[in-house]
Amino acid sequence: MNIHNYEKIWLMAAILLIVGFISTVTYGATAVGVDMISDDGGTVNASALDEDPRFSEPRVEQVGENEYEAYVIAQQFIFRPDPITVPANSTVTFFVTSPDVIHGFEIVGTNANAMVVPGQVTELTVEFNEPGEYGLLCHEYCGAGHHTMEGSVVVQPQDEFTQGGDE
Amino acid sequence: MMSEALETGTPSFMDRFPQEAAVVRASLISSFIALFLGAVFGLIQALHRTDVFRFLDSQYYYTVLTAHGVLMVVSFTIFFLVGVFTWATVRSLDRPLVDIRYTWAWYGLMAIGTLMAVVAILGGFIPSTDISADVLFTFYAPMQAHPLFYGGLAIFIIGTWLAGADYFRAWYAWKQEHPDERIPLQTFMVLTTMLMWYIATIGVAIAVVVFLLPWSLGLLDSVNPLLTRTLFWFWGHPVVYFWLMPAYLLWYTVLPSISGGRLFSDPLARVVFVLFLLLSTPVGIHHQYVDPGIAEGFKMIAMTNTMFLLLPSLLTAFTVVASMEHGARQRGGTGLFGWLRALPWRNPAFTGMALAGLMFAAGGFSGMVNAGMNINYLVHNTIWVPGHFHLTVGTAVALTFMAATYWLWPQVTNKPIFSRPIALAQVVLWFVGMALMSNAMHVMGLFGVPRRTAEPQYQGFDFVASFGSITELRMQLALGGTLLFLSTILFVSNIALSTGSPRMSGLGKPLSEPLSPAADSPKVLDNLTLWFGIAMVLVVLAYILPLASIITDSGIVDPGVRPVPMLVDAANGLGPISAVTDAASRVVAAVVGVVP
Repeated sequence: MNIHNYEKIWLMAAILLIVGFISTVTYGATAVGVDMISDDGGTVNASALDEDPRFSEPRVEQVGENEYEAYVIAQQFIFRPDPITVPANSTVTFFVTSPDVIHGFEIVGTNANAMVVPGQVTELTVEFNEPGEYGLLCHEYCGAGHHTMEGSVVVQPQDEFTQGGDE
Repeated sequence: MMSEALETGTPSFMDRFPQEAAVVRASLISSFIALFLGAVFGLIQALHRTDVFRFLDSQYYYTVLTAHGVLMVVSFTIFFLVGVFTWATVRSLDRPLVDIRYTWAWYGLMAIGTLMAVVAILGGFIPSTDISADVLFTFYAPMQAHPLFYGGLAIFIIGTWLAGADYFRAWYAWKQEHPDERIPLQTFMVLTTMLMWYIATIGVAIAVVVFLLPWSLGLLDSVNPLLTRTLFWFWGHPVVYFWLMPAYLLWYTVLPSISGGRLFSDPLARVVFVLFLLLSTPVGIHHQYVDPGIAEGFKMIAMTNTMFLLLPSLLTAFTVVASMEHGARQRGGTGLFGWLRALPWRNPAFTGMALAGLMFAAGGFSGMVNAGMNINYLVHNTIWVPGHFHLTVGTAVALTFMAATYWLWPQVTNKPIFSRPIALAQVVLWFVGMALMSNAMHVMGLFGVPRRTAEPQYQGFDFVASFGSITELRMQLALGGTLLFLSTILFVSNIALSTGSPRMSGLGKPLSEPLSPAADSPKVLDNLTLWFGIAMVLVVLAYILPLASIITDSGIVDPGVRPVPMLVDAANGLGPISAVTDAASRVVAAVVGVVP
């Protein structure tokens, strides 16, 4: 098969580019520690969230020094709890699920971004440094009121933070 | 009756294969009707979500969006595909199809399937019926559409399967007559694409026929939303190559000729199509990078495959540009870049395809961002993503199809295009409109603005633009969308008016032979059974474990998940019919107010 020299050079450059992309993504996922959302969150009975130890009471709880877990329900067309209040300089692991349809979970202006699927639990860990307030929105169409589905994440200064937020 | 010059011209496809030309015409007309309707819905969306002009209650935005998505990426693209593939198969085999009644049968199934799905979708505008399918193009369960929607989709896909079989039959018949010849290049492209389609549609066929259709009929109480979603994306990524392959076929086999030259390499073109057959399907999980219930390792595999899928597109970029340069130099072009001036820029078919290819490069870059698992966190489900695919399917595919129509239409109707200057303006207008719209979408996506939302304006927070302003970007999106709508109107009217052109003979346009012919390539490239087999193995490797793990964790069906029918709330807001009349009266009032 006759391949022109220019074409060979182009082919090699293309393969190098591809290998380069795969390497950087792999480096990011392993060495830098940008974890992918996985099946770690497990499953849940979507019609019995009120009987589930994790989701019967949507909340934020402390699990270690500067470590918190947030149990969040995304449903047509709200997030619970709302706001989700966490302290600054903390690491928060979100567990998110849905009792009805597929939703999205996006903390606006950050890369905290995930899908929420009924029957599955989405687990994602986020570091919050500075105090502030972020918008939270559903980015997957979930019904006629989808555009109204929003919430907020309030990052309080550590000394003002009270367990479970101010619900 | 006809001029001498025309009588001595090349016989057209219609002269040689009148029955097949009728099928090509019917397919293209169906495609353009879908394009026109899709563009109307697209304009409504562009103006609604940017809050430039809202005349429908926001709940109907999703009916509009479903219609836009399905009409554009299922009906417009695939009807055009079967038109081009029918033309390409018959032209390159130089023989008619085996049985034209069979051909009309698959066309009929595709048309019936489309009508069923469209009725189900448009039913969403009439609150008094229980027919509705406001589930968007992705129809994620447990959102539930009317059975007509799923049934229509299934019938449409069966139609495409039979179309593929038609091309294989024609090739088989040709092979009996030409036992030792290489498969003609266009037929090779058609057959490899259809093999890819057979593999890809396994996913959506199982999702629709085994789960969603029986579930919408009440025969099944629940489905596993992660399973049907994964099956959707099993099909949902290769389908983008199904849209793209007819454009590639046109770039490889038509564009070199209209540039005045020849395809650089036939063997490399075959390699590219084989790579697409192998790699298009085992990548669908890259649409699910941020899904729960799928282990990280499976996402890594999908990412790796996706990156390798860049290879055939990068090779195509080389071959297409090299072929254009060859054409330009044949036409007297010189210099390192000076040859660009020698290209036939006044020919709308050339200019449209060249601009489509240029925009595809930009779409390729934003696609590389999406494919990078970790950067994808930044853009997943933001309006960046529609920004990306309006460059790929919305321009590389759509603009190539429109441009190619200016070249192909006279050959299947024996009537010249109504106006070439309008055609030239149309393809440039599309390019400009898309540059504005897609740029605005990409940038807003970086600031977190979500896709698929009627009102991306929230109560509790504002999007922060790190450069420019959100308002300015909204205006850019709305302006781009308006220009695209105008471009579509120009295209559709130009084709419609062409039916009034005088009938002529001799409108045929022969295609040039490649510089490096098929004989230069190893015969194994034509071993379709081998490539199909390897493609199946790769799909099994990529999918068997993730699917098994989803089923083990949450079941073939998940009894905890209940169906959520997507019905609009009639009590809420204006009905769309009164909204349209209301909007019309407001427009009239505004115009009367401006014009004294």
